[in-house]
Amino acid sequence: MATSRPGPWLYRHRWPTRLWHWLNALTIFILLMSGLMIFNAHPHLYWGRYGANFDASWLGIGPTPHGGGELRVYQVHVPTTGVLGHWKDAHGHIQTRAFPYWATIPGSYSLAGARRWHFLFAWVLILGGTSYVITSLINRHFGKDLKPSREELQPRHLWQDIKDHARLRLPTGDAAGRYNPLQKLAYIGVIFFLIPMMILTGLAMSPAFNATFPQLLSVFGGRQSARSIHFLCATGLLAFIVVHLVMVVLAGPINEIRSMITGWFRTPPEKQRHG
Amino acid sequence: MAELLSRRKALVVGGGLMLAGCDKIAPTKPARSAFLGAEDLTYRINRLLTPRNALAPEFSGADVSPIFRSNGTGHPGSPDYARLLGGNFADWRLHVGGMVSRPLAISLDQLKALPQRTQITRHDCVEGWSAIGRWTGPVLGPILQFAGLSSAARFLVFHCHDDFGGTGYYESIDLVDAFHPQTILAWALNGQALPVPNGAPLRLRVERQLGYKQAKYLHAIEAVASLDQIGGGKGGYWEDVADYAWYAGI
Repeated sequence: MATSRPGPWLYRHRWPTRLWHWLNALTIFILLMSGLMIFNAHPHLYWGRYGANFDASWLGIGPTPHGGGELRVYQVHVPTTGVLGHWKDAHGHIQTRAFPYWATIPGSYSLAGARRWHFLFAWVLILGGTSYVITSLINRHFGKDLKPSREELQPRHLWQDIKDHARLRLPTGDAAGRYNPLQKLAYIGVIFFLIPMMILTGLAMSPAFNATFPQLLSVFGGRQSARSIHFLCATGLLAFIVVHLVMVVLAGPINEIRSMITGWFRTPPEKQRHG
Repeated sequence: MAELLSRRKALVVGGGLMLAGCDKIAPTKPARSAFLGAEDLTYRINRLLTPRNALAPEFSGADVSPIFRSNGTGHPGSPDYARLLGGNFADWRLHVGGMVSRPLAISLDQLKALPQRTQITRHDCVEGWSAIGRWTGPVLGPILQFAGLSSAARFLVFHCHDDFGGTGYYESIDLVDAFHPQTILAWALNGQALPVPNGAPLRLRVERQLGYKQAKYLHAIEAVASLDQIGGGKGGYWEDVADYAWYAGI
Protein backbone atom coordinates (compact mmCIF):
# COMPACT_ATOMS: atom_id res chain seq x y z
CA MET A 1 0.00 0.00 0.00
CA ALA A 2 2.85 2.33 0.80
CA THR A 3 4.23 1.72 -2.66
CA SER A 4 1.01 2.42 -4.54
CA ARG A 5 0.92 5.76 -6.33
CA PRO A 6 -2.12 8.03 -6.54
CA GLY A 7 -4.22 7.51 -9.64
CA PRO A 8 -5.17 10.14 -12.21
CA TRP A 9 -7.32 13.22 -11.53
CA LEU A 10 -10.97 12.91 -12.41
CA TYR A 11 -13.56 15.70 -12.81
CA ARG A 12 -16.19 14.17 -10.62
CA HIS A 13 -18.79 16.81 -9.61
CA ARG A 14 -20.19 19.55 -11.85
CA TRP A 15 -20.76 22.98 -10.36
CA PRO A 16 -24.57 22.72 -9.88
CA THR A 17 -24.04 19.57 -7.82
CA ARG A 18 -21.30 21.21 -5.72
CA LEU A 19 -23.25 24.44 -5.18
CA TRP A 20 -26.40 22.58 -4.13
CA HIS A 21 -24.42 20.20 -1.91
CA TRP A 22 -23.01 23.02 0.25
CA LEU A 23 -26.16 25.14 0.20
CA ASN A 24 -28.14 22.09 1.19
CA ALA A 25 -25.66 21.08 3.89
CA LEU A 26 -26.18 24.47 5.54
CA THR A 27 -29.95 24.42 4.94
CA ILE A 28 -30.56 20.91 6.31
CA PHE A 29 -28.35 21.65 9.33
CA ILE A 30 -30.37 24.78 10.19
CA LEU A 31 -33.72 23.11 9.49
CA LEU A 32 -32.88 20.08 11.66
CA MET A 33 -31.65 22.17 14.60
CA SER A 34 -34.45 24.75 14.48
CA GLY A 35 -36.89 21.84 14.04
CA LEU A 36 -35.65 20.30 17.30
CA MET A 37 -36.33 23.61 19.05
CA ILE A 38 -39.86 23.68 17.59
CA PHE A 39 -40.33 20.10 18.86
CA ASN A 40 -39.24 21.29 22.32
CA ALA A 41 -42.36 23.49 22.50
CA HIS A 42 -44.52 20.35 22.58
CA PRO A 43 -42.35 17.23 22.94
CA HIS A 44 -45.04 14.65 22.14
CA LEU A 45 -46.07 13.01 18.86
CA TYR A 46 -49.50 11.62 17.96
CA TRP A 47 -51.21 9.75 15.15
CA GLY A 48 -54.39 11.08 13.57
CA ARG A 49 -56.16 14.38 13.07
CA TYR A 50 -55.82 15.85 16.54
CA GLY A 51 -53.49 15.41 19.52
CA ALA A 52 -52.81 17.47 22.62
CA ASN A 53 -51.87 16.91 26.26
CA PHE A 54 -54.94 14.86 27.16
CA ASP A 55 -54.63 12.55 24.15
CA ALA A 56 -52.43 9.43 23.90
CA SER A 57 -49.05 10.17 22.32
CA TRP A 58 -46.84 7.48 20.77
CA LEU A 59 -43.60 9.34 21.46
CA GLY A 60 -42.61 11.68 24.23
CA ILE A 61 -39.38 13.16 25.56
CA GLY A 62 -39.12 14.82 28.93
CA PRO A 63 -38.12 14.72 32.59
CA THR A 64 -39.06 11.75 34.75
CA PRO A 65 -40.55 12.09 38.25
CA HIS A 66 -37.27 10.64 39.60
CA GLY A 67 -35.10 13.53 38.45
CA GLY A 68 -33.83 12.13 35.16
CA GLY A 69 -34.77 12.37 31.50
CA GLU A 70 -36.32 9.80 29.20
CA LEU A 71 -37.44 9.06 25.67
CA ARG A 72 -40.66 7.06 25.48
CA VAL A 73 -41.71 5.26 22.30
CA TYR A 74 -45.11 3.62 22.87
CA GLN A 75 -44.49 1.65 26.10
CA VAL A 76 -40.69 1.51 25.83
CA HIS A 77 -38.94 3.92 28.20
CA VAL A 78 -35.31 4.73 27.39
CA PRO A 79 -33.30 6.63 30.03
CA THR A 80 -31.69 9.69 28.43
CA THR A 81 -30.51 11.66 31.48
CA GLY A 82 -27.85 14.15 30.50
CA VAL A 83 -28.93 14.32 26.86
CA LEU A 84 -32.73 14.44 26.45
CA GLY A 85 -35.31 15.73 28.92
CA HIS A 86 -32.76 16.47 31.65
CA TRP A 87 -29.47 18.18 30.78
CA LYS A 88 -27.13 20.99 31.81
CA ASP A 89 -27.13 24.20 29.79
CA ALA A 90 -24.02 26.24 28.93
CA HIS A 91 -24.13 27.85 32.40
CA GLY A 92 -24.36 24.53 34.21
CA HIS A 93 -28.07 24.87 35.05
CA ILE A 94 -30.31 21.82 34.78
CA GLN A 95 -32.93 22.12 32.03
CA THR A 96 -35.80 19.73 31.34
CA ARG A 97 -36.71 20.61 27.75
CA ALA A 98 -36.52 17.67 25.31
CA PHE A 99 -33.49 18.50 23.14
CA PRO A 100 -30.39 20.10 24.69
CA TYR A 101 -29.04 23.56 23.80
CA TRP A 102 -26.19 22.25 21.64
CA ALA A 103 -28.68 20.53 19.32
CA THR A 104 -31.09 23.43 18.79
CA ILE A 105 -31.27 26.78 17.02
CA PRO A 106 -31.53 29.15 18.85
CA GLY A 107 -29.39 27.79 21.68
CA SER A 108 -31.79 28.93 24.39
CA TYR A 109 -35.53 28.34 24.36
CA SER A 110 -37.33 30.39 21.73
CA LEU A 111 -40.15 28.90 19.68
CA ALA A 112 -40.64 32.17 17.78
CA GLY A 113 -36.91 32.41 16.97
CA ALA A 114 -36.75 28.79 15.79
CA ARG A 115 -39.78 29.33 13.56
CA ARG A 116 -38.05 32.35 11.95
CA TRP A 117 -35.02 30.20 11.01
CA HIS A 118 -37.15 27.23 10.00
CA PHE A 119 -39.47 29.06 7.61
CA LEU A 120 -36.67 31.12 6.04
CA PHE A 121 -34.61 28.02 5.27
CA ALA A 122 -37.69 26.05 4.22
CA TRP A 123 -37.83 28.47 1.28
CA VAL A 124 -34.11 27.91 0.60
CA LEU A 125 -34.73 24.14 0.64
CA ILE A 126 -37.69 24.40 -1.75
CA LEU A 127 -36.14 26.89 -4.19
CA GLY A 128 -32.62 25.39 -4.06
CA GLY A 129 -33.91 21.83 -4.35
CA THR A 130 -36.18 22.66 -7.28
CA SER A 131 -33.34 24.41 -9.16
CA TYR A 132 -31.04 21.45 -8.52
CA VAL A 133 -33.59 18.91 -9.75
CA ILE A 134 -34.30 20.90 -12.93
CA THR A 135 -30.58 21.42 -13.62
CA SER A 136 -29.78 17.77 -12.97
CA LEU A 137 -32.46 16.64 -15.39
CA ILE A 138 -31.06 18.98 -18.05
CA ASN A 139 -27.38 18.11 -17.54
CA ARG A 140 -28.31 14.43 -17.19
CA HIS A 141 -26.69 14.09 -13.74
CA PHE A 142 -29.60 11.93 -12.58
CA GLY A 143 -29.68 9.75 -15.70
CA LYS A 144 -25.92 9.25 -16.02
CA ASP A 145 -24.65 9.26 -12.42
CA LEU A 146 -27.52 8.43 -10.07
CA LYS A 147 -29.76 6.00 -11.95
CA PRO A 148 -28.75 2.44 -11.02
CA SER A 149 -28.37 0.09 -13.97
CA ARG A 150 -30.48 -3.05 -14.20
CA GLU A 151 -27.33 -5.04 -13.47
CA GLU A 152 -26.62 -3.04 -10.28
CA LEU A 153 -30.11 -3.72 -8.94
CA GLN A 154 -29.67 -7.50 -9.13
CA PRO A 155 -29.90 -8.93 -5.59
CA ARG A 156 -26.53 -10.67 -6.10
CA HIS A 157 -24.88 -7.38 -7.03
CA LEU A 158 -26.51 -5.47 -4.15
CA TRP A 159 -25.53 -8.19 -1.68
CA GLN A 160 -21.91 -7.97 -2.86
CA ASP A 161 -22.05 -4.18 -2.36
CA ILE A 162 -23.48 -4.61 1.15
CA LYS A 163 -20.69 -7.06 2.02
CA ASP A 164 -18.06 -4.68 0.63
CA HIS A 165 -19.44 -1.84 2.75
CA ALA A 166 -19.66 -4.02 5.85
CA ARG A 167 -15.99 -4.95 5.43
CA LEU A 168 -15.14 -1.30 4.72
CA ARG A 169 -13.74 -2.41 1.40
CA LEU A 170 -14.09 0.79 -0.57
CA PRO A 171 -13.82 0.96 -4.34
CA THR A 172 -10.49 1.91 -5.87
CA GLY A 173 -9.31 2.76 -9.36
CA ASP A 174 -11.97 3.57 -11.94
CA ALA A 175 -14.77 2.26 -9.72
CA ALA A 176 -14.07 5.01 -7.17
CA GLY A 177 -15.01 7.61 -9.78
CA ARG A 178 -18.58 6.30 -10.00
CA TYR A 179 -21.26 5.98 -7.35
CA ASN A 180 -21.72 2.41 -6.15
CA PRO A 181 -25.24 0.92 -6.00
CA LEU A 182 -25.86 1.52 -2.27
CA GLN A 183 -24.61 5.07 -2.66
CA LYS A 184 -26.96 5.63 -5.60
CA LEU A 185 -29.90 4.24 -3.64
CA ALA A 186 -29.06 6.41 -0.63
CA TYR A 187 -28.84 9.61 -2.70
CA ILE A 188 -32.02 8.74 -4.62
CA GLY A 189 -33.76 8.07 -1.29
CA VAL A 190 -32.75 11.47 0.05
CA ILE A 191 -33.41 13.51 -3.10
CA PHE A 192 -36.63 11.84 -4.26
CA PHE A 193 -38.14 10.60 -1.01
CA LEU A 194 -36.91 12.11 2.26
CA ILE A 195 -36.58 15.76 1.20
CA PRO A 196 -39.90 15.81 -0.73
CA MET A 197 -41.57 14.10 2.25
CA MET A 198 -40.15 16.76 4.61
CA ILE A 199 -41.62 19.49 2.40
CA LEU A 200 -45.01 17.80 1.93
CA THR A 201 -45.51 16.88 5.60
CA GLY A 202 -44.37 20.40 6.53
CA LEU A 203 -46.98 21.90 4.22
CA ALA A 204 -49.62 19.51 5.59
CA MET A 205 -49.10 21.05 9.04
CA SER A 206 -49.96 24.54 7.74
CA PRO A 207 -53.59 25.48 8.47
CA ALA A 208 -53.52 27.84 5.48
CA PHE A 209 -52.18 25.19 3.11
CA ASN A 210 -54.85 22.77 4.40
CA ALA A 211 -57.41 25.11 2.82
CA THR A 212 -55.33 25.41 -0.39
CA PHE A 213 -54.88 21.67 -0.84
CA PRO A 214 -56.91 19.61 1.66
CA GLN A 215 -56.11 16.32 -0.16
CA LEU A 216 -52.59 16.38 1.28
CA LEU A 217 -54.00 15.97 4.80
CA SER A 218 -55.91 12.84 3.76
CA VAL A 219 -52.75 11.37 2.23
CA PHE A 220 -50.92 11.57 5.56
CA GLY A 221 -53.95 10.74 7.73
CA GLY A 222 -54.34 14.06 9.52
CA ARG A 223 -52.19 16.90 10.79
CA GLN A 224 -50.75 15.11 13.81
CA SER A 225 -49.79 12.11 11.65
CA ALA A 226 -48.09 14.53 9.24
CA ARG A 227 -46.19 15.98 12.21
CA SER A 228 -45.07 12.49 13.27
CA ILE A 229 -43.97 11.59 9.72
CA HIS A 230 -42.11 14.94 9.50
CA PHE A 231 -40.17 13.96 12.63
CA LEU A 232 -39.47 10.40 11.40
CA CYS A 233 -38.22 11.60 8.01
CA ALA A 234 -36.00 14.16 9.77
CA THR A 235 -34.57 11.26 11.78
CA GLY A 236 -33.96 9.47 8.48
CA LEU A 237 -32.10 12.52 7.13
CA LEU A 238 -29.99 12.64 10.28
CA ALA A 239 -29.14 8.94 9.89
CA PHE A 240 -28.15 9.60 6.26
CA ILE A 241 -25.89 12.49 7.33
CA VAL A 242 -24.13 10.36 9.96
CA VAL A 243 -23.46 7.51 7.52
CA HIS A 244 -22.47 9.99 4.80
CA LEU A 245 -19.92 11.68 7.08
CA VAL A 246 -18.49 8.34 8.25
CA MET A 247 -18.08 7.25 4.61
CA VAL A 248 -16.37 10.53 3.71
CA VAL A 249 -13.92 10.02 6.56
CA LEU A 250 -13.26 6.39 5.61
CA ALA A 251 -12.86 7.17 1.91
CA GLY A 252 -10.32 9.92 2.56
CA PRO A 253 -11.82 13.19 3.72
CA ILE A 254 -9.37 15.55 2.05
CA ASN A 255 -9.82 14.05 -1.39
CA GLU A 256 -13.60 13.78 -0.92
CA ILE A 257 -14.12 17.30 0.40
CA ARG A 258 -11.76 18.75 -2.21
CA SER A 259 -13.74 17.05 -4.96
CA MET A 260 -16.97 18.55 -3.62
CA ILE A 261 -15.36 22.01 -3.60
CA THR A 262 -13.28 22.01 -6.83
CA GLY A 263 -14.95 19.13 -8.65
CA TRP A 264 -11.60 17.31 -9.06
CA PHE A 265 -11.10 13.92 -7.46
CA ARG A 266 -7.85 12.00 -7.24
CA THR A 267 -8.58 8.40 -8.10
CA PRO A 268 -7.43 6.08 -5.30
CA PRO A 269 -4.81 3.61 -6.56
CA GLU A 270 -5.83 0.06 -7.41
CA LYS A 271 -5.21 -2.13 -4.40
CA GLN A 272 -4.57 -5.80 -4.19
CA ARG A 273 -7.40 -7.47 -2.39
CA HIS A 274 -6.44 -9.88 0.36
CA GLY A 275 -9.07 -12.48 1.25
CA MET B 1 -9.83 5.21 15.27
CA ALA B 2 -8.27 8.02 17.28
CA GLU B 3 -8.19 10.01 14.09
CA LEU B 4 -11.86 9.25 13.51
CA LEU B 5 -12.74 10.36 17.02
CA SER B 6 -10.85 13.61 16.73
CA ARG B 7 -12.59 14.26 13.43
CA ARG B 8 -15.90 13.66 15.11
CA LYS B 9 -14.87 16.06 17.80
CA ALA B 10 -14.01 18.57 15.09
CA LEU B 11 -17.49 18.13 13.66
CA VAL B 12 -19.12 18.69 17.05
CA VAL B 13 -17.02 21.80 17.57
CA GLY B 14 -17.93 22.91 14.06
CA GLY B 15 -21.60 22.41 14.84
CA GLY B 16 -21.23 24.39 18.05
CA LEU B 17 -19.56 27.27 16.21
CA MET B 18 -22.32 27.24 13.65
CA LEU B 19 -24.94 27.35 16.40
CA ALA B 20 -23.18 30.22 18.13
CA GLY B 21 -22.98 31.88 14.71
CA CYS B 22 -26.73 31.53 14.16
CA ASP B 23 -27.50 33.08 17.55
CA LYS B 24 -25.17 35.98 16.75
CA ILE B 25 -26.61 36.51 13.28
CA ALA B 26 -30.30 36.35 14.23
CA PRO B 27 -30.61 39.87 15.74
CA THR B 28 -28.65 41.62 12.95
CA LYS B 29 -30.39 43.81 10.40
CA PRO B 30 -29.79 41.58 7.34
CA ALA B 31 -31.08 38.52 9.26
CA ARG B 32 -34.16 40.47 10.39
CA SER B 33 -34.93 41.50 6.81
CA ALA B 34 -34.42 37.92 5.62
CA PHE B 35 -36.79 36.57 8.30
CA LEU B 36 -39.45 39.20 7.60
CA GLY B 37 -38.96 38.74 3.84
CA ALA B 38 -39.59 35.00 4.22
CA GLU B 39 -42.76 35.67 6.26
CA ASP B 40 -43.98 38.13 3.63
CA LEU B 41 -43.19 35.66 0.83
CA THR B 42 -45.14 32.91 2.63
CA TYR B 43 -48.09 35.28 3.13
CA ARG B 44 -48.13 36.49 -0.51
CA ILE B 45 -47.65 33.04 -2.05
CA ASN B 46 -50.43 31.70 0.13
CA ARG B 47 -52.80 34.50 -0.84
CA LEU B 48 -51.84 33.90 -4.49
CA LEU B 49 -52.35 30.11 -4.42
CA THR B 50 -55.38 29.93 -2.17
CA PRO B 51 -58.80 30.97 -3.46
CA ARG B 52 -60.20 33.76 -1.26
CA ASN B 53 -62.99 31.62 0.14
CA ALA B 54 -61.20 28.23 0.18
CA LEU B 55 -62.41 26.53 3.33
CA ALA B 56 -60.32 25.09 6.14
CA PRO B 57 -61.09 21.37 6.53
CA GLU B 58 -64.24 20.63 8.53
CA PHE B 59 -64.61 17.39 10.46
CA SER B 60 -67.36 15.07 11.69
CA GLY B 61 -68.66 14.86 15.24
CA ALA B 62 -66.64 11.65 15.66
CA ASP B 63 -63.40 13.61 15.18
CA VAL B 64 -64.00 16.06 18.06
CA SER B 65 -61.23 15.97 20.73
CA PRO B 66 -62.49 14.35 23.96
CA ILE B 67 -61.02 17.28 25.92
CA PHE B 68 -60.48 20.61 24.16
CA ARG B 69 -57.26 21.96 25.63
CA SER B 70 -57.12 25.65 26.53
CA ASN B 71 -53.90 27.61 26.45
CA GLY B 72 -52.64 31.06 27.39
CA THR B 73 -54.96 32.93 29.72
CA GLY B 74 -57.25 30.61 31.71
CA HIS B 75 -59.14 33.44 33.39
CA PRO B 76 -58.67 37.17 32.69
CA GLY B 77 -58.95 37.91 36.43
CA SER B 78 -59.63 41.65 36.15
CA PRO B 79 -62.40 43.17 38.35
CA ASP B 80 -64.22 44.31 35.20
CA TYR B 81 -64.21 40.82 33.76
CA ALA B 82 -65.24 39.28 37.10
CA ARG B 83 -68.24 41.65 37.24
CA LEU B 84 -69.29 40.79 33.67
CA LEU B 85 -68.89 37.06 34.34
CA GLY B 86 -70.86 37.42 37.61
CA GLY B 87 -73.71 38.99 35.64
CA ASN B 88 -73.59 36.16 33.08
CA PHE B 89 -72.32 38.70 30.52
CA ALA B 90 -75.71 40.52 30.43
CA ASP B 91 -73.80 43.83 30.65
CA TRP B 92 -71.08 42.75 28.21
CA ARG B 93 -70.98 44.49 24.84
CA LEU B 94 -68.90 43.92 21.72
CA HIS B 95 -67.84 47.31 20.40
CA VAL B 96 -67.24 47.60 16.68
CA GLY B 97 -65.46 50.84 15.90
CA GLY B 98 -62.52 52.55 14.23
CA MET B 99 -62.93 53.11 10.51
CA VAL B 100 -66.64 52.34 10.30
CA SER B 101 -69.51 54.72 9.50
CA ARG B 102 -71.83 53.20 12.13
CA PRO B 103 -70.06 52.15 15.37
CA LEU B 104 -71.85 49.33 17.15
CA ALA B 105 -72.21 48.02 20.71
CA ILE B 106 -73.68 44.53 20.40
CA SER B 107 -74.99 42.41 23.28
CA LEU B 108 -74.50 38.65 23.50
CA ASP B 109 -78.23 38.08 22.88
CA GLN B 110 -78.09 40.24 19.76
CA LEU B 111 -75.10 38.24 18.48
CA LYS B 112 -77.00 35.00 19.08
CA ALA B 113 -80.02 36.38 17.15
CA LEU B 114 -77.95 36.88 13.98
CA PRO B 115 -77.73 34.07 11.38
CA GLN B 116 -75.34 31.49 12.89
CA ARG B 117 -72.70 29.18 11.51
CA THR B 118 -71.61 25.95 13.21
CA GLN B 119 -68.33 24.37 12.12
CA ILE B 120 -66.20 21.50 13.39
CA THR B 121 -62.64 22.64 12.82
CA ARG B 122 -59.13 22.00 14.01
CA HIS B 123 -57.35 24.42 16.33
CA ASP B 124 -53.57 24.31 15.81
CA CYS B 125 -51.38 25.74 18.51
CA VAL B 126 -48.09 27.26 17.40
CA GLU B 127 -46.48 24.81 19.85
CA GLY B 128 -47.51 21.89 17.66
CA TRP B 129 -50.61 20.32 19.22
CA SER B 130 -54.08 20.26 17.66
CA ALA B 131 -57.59 19.98 19.10
CA ILE B 132 -60.84 19.62 17.16
CA GLY B 133 -63.98 21.36 18.37
CA ARG B 134 -67.46 22.43 17.24
CA TRP B 135 -67.82 26.21 17.16
CA THR B 136 -71.01 28.26 16.81
CA GLY B 137 -71.42 31.97 16.20
CA PRO B 138 -72.35 34.67 13.69
CA VAL B 139 -70.18 35.16 10.61
CA LEU B 140 -68.04 38.29 10.99
CA GLY B 141 -68.40 39.64 7.41
CA PRO B 142 -72.07 40.74 7.57
CA ILE B 143 -71.45 42.48 10.92
CA LEU B 144 -68.66 44.52 9.32
CA GLN B 145 -70.91 45.40 6.38
CA PHE B 146 -73.69 46.46 8.77
CA ALA B 147 -71.20 48.68 10.64
CA GLY B 148 -70.26 50.31 7.34
CA LEU B 149 -66.58 49.36 7.08
CA SER B 150 -64.61 52.14 5.40
CA SER B 151 -63.00 51.33 2.06
CA ALA B 152 -59.73 52.71 3.48
CA ALA B 153 -59.64 50.09 6.28
CA ARG B 154 -57.10 47.32 5.73
CA PHE B 155 -56.97 45.39 9.02
CA LEU B 156 -59.21 44.45 11.91
CA VAL B 157 -57.81 44.64 15.42
CA PHE B 158 -59.39 42.46 18.12
CA HIS B 159 -59.12 43.82 21.66
CA CYS B 160 -59.47 41.37 24.53
CA HIS B 161 -60.26 41.36 28.25
CA ASP B 162 -57.18 39.35 29.18
CA ASP B 163 -54.36 41.32 30.56
CA PHE B 164 -50.68 40.35 30.48
CA GLY B 165 -48.98 42.48 33.10
CA GLY B 166 -50.67 45.71 32.05
CA THR B 167 -50.84 45.01 28.32
CA GLY B 168 -54.16 43.83 26.94
CA TYR B 169 -54.10 40.86 24.59
CA TYR B 170 -54.86 41.86 21.05
CA GLU B 171 -54.63 40.36 17.59
CA SER B 172 -55.23 41.49 14.02
CA ILE B 173 -56.14 40.01 10.64
CA ASP B 174 -56.39 41.28 7.08
CA LEU B 175 -59.70 41.77 5.26
CA VAL B 176 -59.39 38.54 3.27
CA ASP B 177 -59.60 36.61 6.53
CA ALA B 178 -62.13 39.07 8.00
CA PHE B 179 -64.62 38.33 5.19
CA HIS B 180 -63.83 34.59 4.95
CA PRO B 181 -67.02 32.51 5.28
CA GLN B 182 -65.57 30.50 8.20
CA THR B 183 -64.46 33.56 10.17
CA ILE B 184 -66.99 33.63 12.99
CA LEU B 185 -67.37 35.16 16.45
CA ALA B 186 -67.87 31.99 18.48
CA TRP B 187 -69.96 32.05 21.68
CA ALA B 188 -70.33 28.25 21.88
CA LEU B 189 -67.86 25.35 21.95
CA ASN B 190 -69.20 21.79 21.49
CA GLY B 191 -72.80 22.96 21.99
CA GLN B 192 -72.13 24.69 25.35
CA ALA B 193 -71.65 28.37 26.15
CA LEU B 194 -67.94 29.12 25.64
CA PRO B 195 -66.11 28.10 28.88
CA VAL B 196 -63.99 30.76 30.59
CA PRO B 197 -60.63 29.05 29.75
CA ASN B 198 -61.63 29.03 26.07
CA GLY B 199 -62.51 32.74 25.96
CA ALA B 200 -66.01 33.42 27.37
CA PRO B 201 -68.15 35.09 26.27
CA LEU B 202 -66.82 35.47 22.72
CA ARG B 203 -63.73 34.51 20.73
CA LEU B 204 -62.61 34.90 17.15
CA ARG B 205 -62.30 31.86 14.89
CA VAL B 206 -60.05 32.51 11.90
CA GLU B 207 -59.65 28.94 10.71
CA ARG B 208 -56.75 29.25 8.28
CA GLN B 209 -54.31 30.49 10.94
CA LEU B 210 -52.73 29.23 14.18
CA GLY B 211 -54.14 29.40 17.72
CA TYR B 212 -52.64 32.69 18.86
CA LYS B 213 -54.70 34.51 16.21
CA GLN B 214 -57.97 33.13 17.71
CA ALA B 215 -58.38 36.05 20.14
CA LYS B 216 -60.37 35.15 23.29
CA TYR B 217 -62.42 37.33 25.71
CA LEU B 218 -63.29 39.80 22.92
CA HIS B 219 -64.58 43.23 23.85
CA ALA B 220 -63.85 45.41 20.83
CA ILE B 221 -63.14 45.16 17.13
CA GLU B 222 -61.37 48.14 15.59
CA ALA B 223 -61.01 48.72 11.85
CA VAL B 224 -57.69 50.40 10.99
CA ALA B 225 -55.66 51.37 7.93
CA SER B 226 -52.34 50.41 9.51
CA LEU B 227 -51.11 48.40 12.48
CA ASP B 228 -48.21 50.76 13.25
CA GLN B 229 -50.00 52.70 15.99
CA ILE B 230 -51.52 49.67 17.71
CA GLY B 231 -49.68 48.15 20.69
CA GLY B 232 -46.03 47.62 19.78
CA GLY B 233 -46.85 47.96 16.08
CA LYS B 234 -46.42 44.32 15.05
CA GLY B 235 -50.12 43.48 14.98
CA GLY B 236 -50.57 41.31 18.06
CA TYR B 237 -49.57 40.65 21.65
CA TRP B 238 -47.24 37.70 20.92
CA GLU B 239 -45.94 39.43 17.81
CA ASP B 240 -44.92 42.42 19.96
CA VAL B 241 -43.44 40.67 22.99
CA ALA B 242 -41.88 37.55 21.48
CA ASP B 243 -41.53 38.19 17.73
CA TYR B 244 -44.06 35.59 16.60
CA ALA B 245 -44.98 36.06 12.93
CA TRP B 246 -48.04 38.23 12.27
CA TYR B 247 -49.05 35.89 9.45
CA ALA B 248 -49.72 32.60 11.22
CA GLY B 249 -50.90 30.49 8.29
CA ILE B 250 -47.96 28.12 8.83
